[in-house]
Amino acid sequence: MLEKSLKKTIENLQNNKISIRELNQEYIDKIKTKSELNIFIHFDEQKILDQVSELENDNSNKKLKGIPLAIKDLFCTKKMPTTAASKILENFNPTYESFVTQKLLDDGAIFVGKTNLDEFAMGSATDTSYFGNTINPLSKESEPLAPGGSSGGSAAAVAADLCLGATGTDTGGSIRQPASFCGVVGIKPTYGLCSRWGIAAFASSLDQAGVFTHNVEDAAILLESTAGFDKRDSTSANIKIPNYYDNLTDDLSGKTIGIPKEYSIDGTPEEVSKIWEDAIKVLEKKGAKIKNISLPHTKYALPTYYIIAPAEASSNLARYDGVKYGYRSDEISSLDEMYENTRGQGFGKEVKRRILIGTYVLSAGYYDAYYLKAQRVRKLIANDFNEAFKECDLIVTPTAPSAAFPLNQEQDDPIKMYLNDVFTVPASLAGLPGISIPFGKDKNDLPLGIQILGKHFDEQQVLNGALLLERSYE
Amino acid sequence: MKIDKNTINKIARLSRIKLDDKESEDYIKDLNHILDWVEQLNEVDTEKVEPLSNISSSILPKREDISNDANSSDEILKNAPDKLEGFFAVPKVVE
Repeated sequence: MLEKSLKKTIENLQNNKISIRELNQEYIDKIKTKSELNIFIHFDEQKILDQVSELENDNSNKKLKGIPLAIKDLFCTKKMPTTAASKILENFNPTYESFVTQKLLDDGAIFVGKTNLDEFAMGSATDTSYFGNTINPLSKESEPLAPGGSSGGSAAAVAADLCLGATGTDTGGSIRQPASFCGVVGIKPTYGLCSRWGIAAFASSLDQAGVFTHNVEDAAILLESTAGFDKRDSTSANIKIPNYYDNLTDDLSGKTIGIPKEYSIDGTPEEVSKIWEDAIKVLEKKGAKIKNISLPHTKYALPTYYIIAPAEASSNLARYDGVKYGYRSDEISSLDEMYENTRGQGFGKEVKRRILIGTYVLSAGYYDAYYLKAQRVRKLIANDFNEAFKECDLIVTPTAPSAAFPLNQEQDDPIKMYLNDVFTVPASLAGLPGISIPFGKDKNDLPLGIQILGKHFDEQQVLNGALLLERSYE
Repeated sequence: MKIDKNTINKIARLSRIKLDDKESEDYIKDLNHILDWVEQLNEVDTEKVEPLSNISSSILPKREDISNDANSSDEILKNAPDKLEGFFAVPKVVE
């Protein structure tokens, strides 16, 4: 009686074809058989059963009542520890619930556990976690593959069908790229649609919560549950949240789809270009107008991002000082030594690298040359999209320049890893909504993703476009 | 070379991060490499462009200056690595 669909499972629960307890017990059993994938940082069977018992005594008619979801371990949760995959937050038990997870709990969802990620969401392979790599469930035994990152654990949890949906966060591609690598749907909404309150901050002007699901309909349902205004996040958008699911349609006739020429990048594998062409053909055949567009500053998006994001991170991560929570070094003969040793030992290599870069580009004498310069280029990138969206309704591109790559690749050049986000970062800088949906396979039978970008707060059309591609692919 | 031993020590100090010698060497190499790469932004003419600090279109709202603390200090202090009589405790700062 298990369906790989949140929507159908809700119906099965409502029609008493399965009970909340039976359903969640099935997922608990499945999670236990997949422990070698290292998807969860926190998994406690008893806590799941406690949530089940609570819901069994609850007669209200909640939208997601009993639905098992996985939560990226960057969201503060009151009943489960929160680590951000960092040693520096080991044993941290938040005293409050994040906005997004509270919304899901209010709708009756059950949290099966907290998923692995790159430390403080900094990475593209879930290989910077203090708690070890997550393995992509689509790996063949001989060669473990990366699930992408930073929300790799959440993408993998959905791909391995260990939950019916999962939360993620996306700063430069951290939902869309792992969704592509794991062959699931992942949506990053417009900056400001879901409150950042209670999410461990990485780069506050870019961070945005979103969801992973098995299909586009489920994404519409979960997005609706997590979106909404929150006065505790000063950049939260005070808009009426549409009924995404009820308004879903795969009719894109008359809509204009922009195809940006700058996303044809030298060295992109032929298979990636092929699925992009296939997607364009499908959209055209279904009545959408295809228009070639230009986003001239695309190539500057990554270097812009790698100034702005580390700058914000260096500021945000100043709070981890060994005083209020988390790890504190033993070597503490003075206060300064306590700070320096705690942070030196508590942060991993990539996090330290980004804090150092961020501190440098914000430091006296370099602020204008790097940080302000990057903010000006960011403005040009945002302008590119504003201009493009005067001529089209949606923009369609590949999600990532490759399928999932093998784990444990010796990486002596950090920029090579940064290039994974080449197609996702520009929309992050512009704060636009984007979705990745599986669309085709590479020669090793690994999924590839198509990215659909929309105008600010036009998640509905983004979902509609994704639904059309999903139905055409099946 | 933009980042040398002195610079990395200075940034590490500003960041309150203790680095060992090996780490310092690695980060000197990484940071120079990354800074060389981001300098391609100098190709872009931004003279008449305003910096974009936040994409949010909403006008940042003001709030009433009233206390809304829901947490108790006892609960918060449960996460503290060291505490004393209802306060966070740190190594001695003044002699």
